[in-house]
Amino acid sequence: MSYNYPDSSGHFGQFGGIYMAETLIPAVEELRQQYLRFRDDPEFKAEFAYELKHYVGRPSPIYHAKRLSDSLGGAQIYLKREDLNHTGAHKINNAIGQALLAKRMGKKRVIAETGAGMHGVATATVAARFGMECIVYMGAEDIQRQAPNVFRMKLLGATVVPVESGSRTLKDACNEAIRDWVTNVESTFYIFGTAAGPHPYPMMVRDFQCVIGNEAKVQMPEMIGRQPDAVIACVGGGSNAIGLFHSYIEEKNVQIIGVEAGGYGIASGRHAAPLTANSKVGVLHGNKVYLIQDENGQIIETHSISAGLDYPGVGPEHCLLKDMGRAQYVAINDDEALAAFDALCRFEGIIPALESSHALAHAMKIAPTMGKDKVLLVNLSGRGDKDMNTVAKLKGITL
Amino acid sequence: MSRIQATFEKLKQQQRKALIPFLTAGDPDPQLTVPLLHALVEAGADVIELGVPFSDPMADGPTIQRASERALKHGTSLRGVLDMVAEFRKQNDTTPVVLMGYGNPIEAMGWETFARRCAEVGVDGVLTVDFPPEESHDAFEHLQQHGIDPIFLIAPTTNEARIELVAKLARGYVYYVSLKGVTGAGNLDLSDIAHKIPQLRKHIRLPIGVGFGIRDAATAQAVAKLCDGVVVGSRIVQEIENSNEQNVVANVGKFVRELRTAIDQA
Ligand SMILES: Cc1ncc(COP(=O)(O)O)c(C=O)c1O
Repeated sequence: MSYNYPDSSGHFGQFGGIYMAETLIPAVEELRQQYLRFRDDPEFKAEFAYELKHYVGRPSPIYHAKRLSDSLGGAQIYLKREDLNHTGAHKINNAIGQALLAKRMGKKRVIAETGAGMHGVATATVAARFGMECIVYMGAEDIQRQAPNVFRMKLLGATVVPVESGSRTLKDACNEAIRDWVTNVESTFYIFGTAAGPHPYPMMVRDFQCVIGNEAKVQMPEMIGRQPDAVIACVGGGSNAIGLFHSYIEEKNVQIIGVEAGGYGIASGRHAAPLTANSKVGVLHGNKVYLIQDENGQIIETHSISAGLDYPGVGPEHCLLKDMGRAQYVAINDDEALAAFDALCRFEGIIPALESSHALAHAMKIAPTMGKDKVLLVNLSGRGDKDMNTVAKLKGITL
Repeated sequence: MSRIQATFEKLKQQQRKALIPFLTAGDPDPQLTVPLLHALVEAGADVIELGVPFSDPMADGPTIQRASERALKHGTSLRGVLDMVAEFRKQNDTTPVVLMGYGNPIEAMGWETFARRCAEVGVDGVLTVDFPPEESHDAFEHLQQHGIDPIFLIAPTTNEARIELVAKLARGYVYYVSLKGVTGAGNLDLSDIAHKIPQLRKHIRLPIGVGFGIRDAATAQAVAKLCDGVVVGSRIVQEIENSNEQNVVANVGKFVRELRTAIDQA
């Protein structure tokens, strides 16, 4: 049987759905209808492809990290260079897709939540590109650790609203964006940044990000004459990961590995790895997913060195892929991610985002256990310029 | 006959409108919740909406967000809220209590256990803000089985087809959200309510309560003229926030009495 999710009601098995307050249900329903209408529209597809090529700079190359691989003495590590996209991460693929849809729906005001700031920057960028008003909600804690991105968003003309409630990170920014949407539902398009949230977002964001895997599937045979042995990506909400994984789901010889943020270690309880930690199923931000929570169903504050992975949930499709056993999910701790960050800087002259460093760290962990003829394809989802402050601080350096 | 039905029928006979105050369980302190519930009844409440605190109250404005935070800081859990209702029922067997909150604490407890506990302690209705009819099959089944009314929201954005969907599933009463926004917002539109309620009546036979954004006695009175019940939440929570342990029960009682007087003159 071929893999075909979500079903028509937006469920990936038991996961997903439209768990939203009534005021927003008609809005997500309209979004679903409009998306289905334009998804296969030749003009929409052509415009999306044009923007990806000429504005984002796609296709992103695949790069053989040879010195790094040699230093590990095992499998060869290849990088899908989403860090080379305009604005420096995969987030722009999705932001453009949703902005094109917003334009067709006649919405002139866009809002977004952001953690690391990459989705906020991508949204501010496309809002400038298409002449839309842009409001970005960002946790007060993240505003501090991702200061350069806050400045970028402002330069691009966006209003950045600090969110002081709860843990003052990504989940709280989501809450606040939803509150804005419910208040301004008629004028506003919510450009959601990851493959989670109420249907159709998990499906729509995945579809826009699938360009990553679709390209890789053509590029790998061109480079090495075959597909990789494993595809590896970091998982926050799961958009860069599903973007790479989706094309490989039916390629049974390719192992799929999602890397969550282990923070101080799963055992410490201070992490952001609901799949690896076997968290219980719950409902947050419009979808039913594995969710980090206490025994009373309250969401627990997560921890990760990387703001973009610091989220208690994960997209519904990853929950399903885990249950099906088609993908494997592991966690990488803060210190391991930081070591991978350093290694890529030194061996390859590439400064990766701390989020992407998690995926890389797992590849570096398993490469030495594999033969030199094996190939690991890592999604380098973003570049690390935004993380200079965080990394400097961890190294005890004041910039 | 359920407590909710009995309450609305009695009000109808008396040609009065229901006053439905909301407060968050455990705010400002779990010890004060039951005394506050009794004070609400004494001041003239017909139905009580008791908020179950949640870490991520997406549909709430800052006032109820802070109430949730205070309640959670004191360790208020869904289990604890059910115990509070049991305590309240020791002295009151007539005033309906509707639990209002988000789905995840219930999911964590399990709908079966939750519905059974609701019936045991004397909860009458359950309103789960982030569970629309489409996702409420499980909830509906278990609540029905234990005789608990599922209460649903209708919003200004709800179209005719969805109103029918709600009409089919709802029990007890229907809650019309009087504005596009979060709880406690200030953009309530009386003419929209006047326009919308007759539309709802075409499909819905249950009593219709209206809430979100009702901040004073005058507005409560104006809204009462248009529907069967008036829900007041953030303004009561604000009264709690601005009081201390000594005067909170009296202050809340005084404010609710003002609402009662105004509504009875509608
Ligand atoms: C560079 C980068 N990678 C990964 C992520 C995580 O998001 P997702 O799991 O949706 O790809 C982020 C989020 O901010 C990011 O900025």
